[in-house]
Amino acid sequence: MLGFLLRRLAASLLLLLLVLTFTFFFLRLIPGDPAHIFEGQRLTLEQQQRLRQIYGLDRPLPLQYLTWISSVAKWDWGTSLSQQRPVSTVLGEAVPATAILAMAALVVEYFLALLLGIASALRRGSALDHGIRIVTLLFFSLPLFWVGLMVVLLFSYVWPVLPASHMHSVDADLMSPAGRLLDLARHLFLPALVMGIGTAGGTARFLRASLIEVMSQDYIRAARAKGLSERRVVWVHGLRNAIVPVIQVFAIQLPVLLSGALIVEVVFSWPGLGQLTFLAISTRDYPLILGAVALSATLVILGNLLADILHALVDPRVRDA
Amino acid sequence: MPWSIRGCAMLRSRWRSPTLIWGAGLIALLAFSALAAPVLAPYDPNEQLDPPAGSYRRPGTSLAAVHLEDGSWRLAERARRTPEGLTIERLGAVETLPASRVVNLTPGGVADRRVYLLGSDRFGRDLLSRILHGARVSLAVGLISAILALTLGVAVGSAAALGGRVADAVIMRGVDALLAFPWLFLMIALAAFFRPDPAVVVALLGGTAWMGISRLTRAEILSLRNREFVVAARAMGQHPLATLWRHLLPNAFTPVLIQTTLLIGNLILLESSLSFLGLGIQPPTPSWGNLMSEGQAVLLQAWWIATFPGAALAVTVIAFNLLADGLRDALDPRQARQDGDAGGATLPAP
Repeated sequence: MLGFLLRRLAASLLLLLLVLTFTFFFLRLIPGDPAHIFEGQRLTLEQQQRLRQIYGLDRPLPLQYLTWISSVAKWDWGTSLSQQRPVSTVLGEAVPATAILAMAALVVEYFLALLLGIASALRRGSALDHGIRIVTLLFFSLPLFWVGLMVVLLFSYVWPVLPASHMHSVDADLMSPAGRLLDLARHLFLPALVMGIGTAGGTARFLRASLIEVMSQDYIRAARAKGLSERRVVWVHGLRNAIVPVIQVFAIQLPVLLSGALIVEVVFSWPGLGQLTFLAISTRDYPLILGAVALSATLVILGNLLADILHALVDPRVRDA
Repeated sequence: MPWSIRGCAMLRSRWRSPTLIWGAGLIALLAFSALAAPVLAPYDPNEQLDPPAGSYRRPGTSLAAVHLEDGSWRLAERARRTPEGLTIERLGAVETLPASRVVNLTPGGVADRRVYLLGSDRFGRDLLSRILHGARVSLAVGLISAILALTLGVAVGSAAALGGRVADAVIMRGVDALLAFPWLFLMIALAAFFRPDPAVVVALLGGTAWMGISRLTRAEILSLRNREFVVAARAMGQHPLATLWRHLLPNAFTPVLIQTTLLIGNLILLESSLSFLGLGIQPPTPSWGNLMSEGQAVLLQAWWIATFPGAALAVTVIAFNLLADGLRDALDPRQARQDGDAGGATLPAP
């Protein structure tokens, strides 16, 4: 297990380095650098030149890259142009909000996916199965941002029982800790629901197919032949094996989850990584954009690593592969 | 009943699944309205008519359209012929225009009307016309970028499957790395720096969506590679590329086609997301995404602007996913049977 862990860790670090390098050069290929971007403030050519010197943009590209990657290794991501604060601080403040939203969305997703996936697999071919098939298709077809807007419209206009934007109420600072938590939960509910529904459809279908496949295996027949209750056969023997491929899909879904967070955060004014990236782009905050892309790539790679480890825990065969 | 006739009937019945019919029907309808948009749209999608009076009109509003001699138009809630000329009620004010200034004056007032079936936007543009013209942009971008992704994906997948073990390992590791990349973030960064025109959007979408197709193509070719007909073709001295073209790709076609159908829907969705964030197709060219972006800003004052383009988008994506589901059942009974009768494991590409 230790060897497996080390191998996966090394591969992840290598991948991370590749992604960072790729991002750096990709963004540098784009015409216009931070000095050029300040042209809105009508700088003279000399002033632009001076800015380039300050930011080190007049040096050869490989040298710039080495400087950047070595300061990144020291966790120095540069200074945000729009906020004049370290990028790592700005990003660090946004991560918890996105993490809370993503966790809540995952709970919604897996609750719905397990419910729909198991029900349709066990009642395969029935009217219920066909109904669930339509529901899951709707789930992954509906545009997240449209559903989000409709939810905002419904809850802030027609039926204002739940707040449909921001993370806290204006007076949250005056509330008791329990009150603040409740306030957060109320604000969290709608964005998490929209985000979770967006990914639940695909996962439910995947789980259904996986469970049907598993339930036709010999070891399920053996478990039934032993006289185990059908409930035990399905939940312990069936589901445990059916969930393995779902864990792998989870890793593939991480970029989707982050992209979903980006859109949901913009629609619901949720102060997380997505909204920050969006604002960074509208203010052309170059170091912040680079930091946000790099951070999201890191999260995705970490997620893949985690999924591999989980996979190895559930399925011992993977460890030796 | 002779075997062949029964086979035919079975084949036909497979094509009669409701998902397939609904999906194909909806797409035919959408494609028709996109192609015929200039004829179907009641007005020019970019025509700004009398902005303060024509702005943010509710769906179903019908206004009298008064054509003035200087060529401009006035929109009025009511227009009456009076001895002095034409008395109009416009934006809550009553004003009388001399008969000489009105071009389209009739004995009863004016006969021309401007009907906003789905409402109007900030500049008095007709939302229905903009949605119909937006369909052209959204569908074309989705289709062209899907074809780009299909081409790239099949090329890379074939190269990995036929290029030998080292090439396979290198290519597929690369594909895995690309799959793990948060593309939306990078796309947004790119679109922010390039002023995106439709060609850039198509290149971005197609260039970042081919990985799923390449994995599928590779897997299909690997499973076909040792079948008798392929081995026979090879043994007869056929060039590997000819084998790929004549035998491998045609037999790998079905699952790749289904995956591509799913991809079209997803790419239309992605284009709209980008345009919604202000980074895809730029106004004044209407696309469903940028219409909704305009609508988000005034969501509570003018709900229709974000609602109707989004509904059109939702129907489109649903249609492509229904088609993919139906095609899978009809063309790939092996897969369908494995998944049970009601469809299964076709995941939308991330």
